Amino acid sequence: MNPHVLLAIPLLPLLAAIVAGLFGRYIGRVGAHLITIAGVAVSCALSVGVLRDSLAGRVPTYDGAVYTWLVSDGMSMQVGFLVDRLTAMMMAVVTFVSLCVHVYTIGYMRDDPGYTRFFSYISLFTFSMLMLVMANNFMQLFFGWEAVGVVSYLLIGFWYTRPSAIFANLKAFIVNRIGDFGFVLGIAGVAYFTHSMRYADAFAAAPQIAQSFIPLSSAYAAPALTLICICLFIGAMGKSAQVPLHVWLPDSMEGPTPISALIHAATMVTAGIFMVARMSPLFEYSEGALSFVLVIGATTAFFMGLLGVVNNDIKRVIAYSTLSQLGYMTVALGVSAYSAGMFHLMTHAFFKALLFLAAGSVIIGMHHEQDMRKMGGLAKYMPITAVTCWIGALALIGTPFFSGFYSKDAIIEAVGESHRWGAGYAYWCVLLGVFVTALYTFRMLFLTFHGPERFRAAHAAEHHHHGHAPAEEPGHEAHGGTPHESPWVVTLPLIALAIPSVLIGALTVGAVLFGGYFGPSIFVLPANDVLGRVGEEFGGAAQTALRGFLAPPFWLALAGVVTAWVFFLWRPQLADAAARRFGGLRRLLTHKYYFDWFNEHVIAALTRGIGVGLWKGGDEALIDGALVNGTAMGVGWFGSVLRRVQSGYLYSYAFWMMIGLALLLGWFLAHA
Amino acid sequence: MISLAQLLTLSAIVFSVAVAGIFLNRKNVILLLMCVELLLLAANFNFIAFSRYLGDLNGQVFVFFILTVAAAESAIGLAILVVLFRERRSINVEDLNTLKG
Amino acid sequence: MLVQALFYLFGTILVLSALGVISARNPVYSALALVMCFVTSAAIWLLIEAEFLAVVLVLVYVGAVMVLFLFVVMMLDINLAELRQGFTRFAWLGWLTALAVIVEIAGVVWAKGGLGVDASHGATPTAADYSNTLALGEVLYTEYAYPLELAAMLLLVAIVAAIALTMRRRAGLKRQDVDAQVAVRAADRLRIVKMDPEQGP
Repeated sequence: MNPHVLLAIPLLPLLAAIVAGLFGRYIGRVGAHLITIAGVAVSCALSVGVLRDSLAGRVPTYDGAVYTWLVSDGMSMQVGFLVDRLTAMMMAVVTFVSLCVHVYTIGYMRDDPGYTRFFSYISLFTFSMLMLVMANNFMQLFFGWEAVGVVSYLLIGFWYTRPSAIFANLKAFIVNRIGDFGFVLGIAGVAYFTHSMRYADAFAAAPQIAQSFIPLSSAYAAPALTLICICLFIGAMGKSAQVPLHVWLPDSMEGPTPISALIHAATMVTAGIFMVARMSPLFEYSEGALSFVLVIGATTAFFMGLLGVVNNDIKRVIAYSTLSQLGYMTVALGVSAYSAGMFHLMTHAFFKALLFLAAGSVIIGMHHEQDMRKMGGLAKYMPITAVTCWIGALALIGTPFFSGFYSKDAIIEAVGESHRWGAGYAYWCVLLGVFVTALYTFRMLFLTFHGPERFRAAHAAEHHHHGHAPAEEPGHEAHGGTPHESPWVVTLPLIALAIPSVLIGALTVGAVLFGGYFGPSIFVLPANDVLGRVGEEFGGAAQTALRGFLAPPFWLALAGVVTAWVFFLWRPQLADAAARRFGGLRRLLTHKYYFDWFNEHVIAALTRGIGVGLWKGGDEALIDGALVNGTAMGVGWFGSVLRRVQSGYLYSYAFWMMIGLALLLGWFLAHA
Repeated sequence: MISLAQLLTLSAIVFSVAVAGIFLNRKNVILLLMCVELLLLAANFNFIAFSRYLGDLNGQVFVFFILTVAAAESAIGLAILVVLFRERRSINVEDLNTLKG
Repeated sequence: MLVQALFYLFGTILVLSALGVISARNPVYSALALVMCFVTSAAIWLLIEAEFLAVVLVLVYVGAVMVLFLFVVMMLDINLAELRQGFTRFAWLGWLTALAVIVEIAGVVWAKGGLGVDASHGATPTAADYSNTLALGEVLYTEYAYPLELAAMLLLVAIVAAIALTMRRRAGLKRQDVDAQVAVRAADRLRIVKMDPEQGP
């Protein structure tokens, strides 16, 4: 692989982002979107080329530095690329989804005044994510990590005049930073032992680090590798929104839908999963860290899914779904089935991006209405959206033959085979999670696309409220508010994403999961190789799918679909009755397990309290009052006392001289 | 024979009385000047005593010059006093406090 | 023996006069007490065989300086009633300090070897034809000739300074202005007029 080609892949979107960002006013909207789409498209083409080369095994893995930024104490910070199959897969996914989102944005953000700024940001994001996945050293990884955090902040708060958007983007950034704190500690731990930033050095030293200890206090020394891996995973918890650092993801839906698709479904949130998979040579030697990963992932997978059942905002339901599926990927990592985790990452990228874009299409069609209680029966007005959304949903719940089935099923079976501490709990979480996933997904489908057309009543109510001059209301079309299908720039990406959602699983499962696709990129100790044991019974994609109809996950998913149909389509009154019956549980869920309440009223209040305390007590009273003003007043007071010595009377001066003389004489006499 | 110690003690007494006079003086500035003369007298005493008892004539020469300087200084001091009296119409020490800080 | 008695006599009078200087109400009395101090000092100096200086003390100090003091005291129209007899609040501290100084100095002086010399003995007696004046003269006009001239200059400067300080010009007084006199030109005083010689009758 030509290093120049590799360099071009991230730099082209960067260049496009700079041009669109700084000169957007001069090149206009069309110029902005053309240049950014051109940049990403070329990147995508090159990435697919790299992937093809890598699959064909024509070119060996590339691991080299392109530019040395600085050298400090023997450690050099470089811009370097590590391109193996893992990276190649990520590059292809990132650029492809980014390209789809770029095209989609032309239609979605058509009326927005910040059009060129948006394109600049999403190209900038593409650059950051590529730098992250292509890195061959921790410094660049961290750079990419932070950069995607920054761009996510910029994009969540894209409509910066909305207070809720600003709240959300600060929340995202701050929670991410908390994760990054752990991440930096992990990197520091690695640097401490290997004195180098490069992955290769860290992986080579892993067995030794596993034998070392880091003293945490005078009494206790933690196993070094476990501590380092847990710290690294804390970074992943922030970025990939695992419990308890998950609170930012639902709020991030304040941003425009295209970025929810790009960042918070397909790419940025998967950075954490990618990082753990990339660090598999480190994690494999630490059972403790992997158990930690497993338990956290399982908790996220199940409990976050439950929240999707009670939410009424279409985007937030999909956000909770993302959280849950990220939990699945984390569980896979936790049982050392890294390939399964990455495979699910890939399939999930496609169908989740599809679901988000479809939701976006619905939102446009509904004139920016997001509440599902005001939708219903849209299937006949927006057929393409409805069909693609169904495809995405079927992939999500793990219907056999669809892509999601292969990845999810592999994860569930791998967890079943594992004997790691926490695997039993995780197995129940992921299994029941299948039921919950089906329940909220089809609830969403039924409420949005089928059933009675509640938007008519909603519109009538709105017309009633804003009675006079409805023609002046923005967003009320002249034809009275009937939704219609979105333009081709919106539906084309939907179709483009629907195809891999169906096919890619079946096509690649054998190679990726059981055929050693990832090769040396992912390292699994033979004792932990659960995926290998699952693979012993693998007989091809079709056979797996047919067997899948008999397995528990399929039946649970079916039960979920039926339940959703019963409660939300056939007899909606049952839903209300259940809500009343299980009021306490429902309240717990609507308050999101009180995580947000805790963060805002305990942690944030505590921090604010400390800040105010330090301000009033430390800064104002102590520094300003006692030290600065206090010394000035002290000097003044002292001066006023001393002033009395200057009486102006000669005799008093002589008096003091005399006393001084007497004392001096006395002193000399005493020391003579 | 008069011992050196006796002379020195006598001069110390005169010196201390003169200094006490300076700062116990609340009355007038002339008294101040007179106390200064007393101080010089005490110093002269010391010089002469040492000169005599060490056999070194330099001490007495020094007294000679001290007398000269004291005369000159008292002349000028009194001149200043006269001018001060012209301006302030008072020689009370307590009225001379314009240097007060 | 006699010398000791005389010394104690004159010493006592000296101390009492000094106390009198500072405690007298009338400044004239203070000046007179000061004269007494000088005279007794001169007497003591005579006892120590520093007769030239004793005489100079009387001549210069008493004769010139104290007379000057008395001139000024009597010239200044001092209102005796105004002179407040006020001892300060810290008078006791002042006396205490003075006493402390005396005690300290005496302590040094009387201690054996405190001054580096043995101060408790008398001086070595001089020869019978010892003349203090001669001895001083021999030194003054040879070794200290230059400082002597400087002292003379100093006195001159003191005179000029005293005059310069106290001189005042009264208005309306006719005086000669020497500067103007010297700076005059012939043309200011004399005007030559060309005339024809007088005709006879």
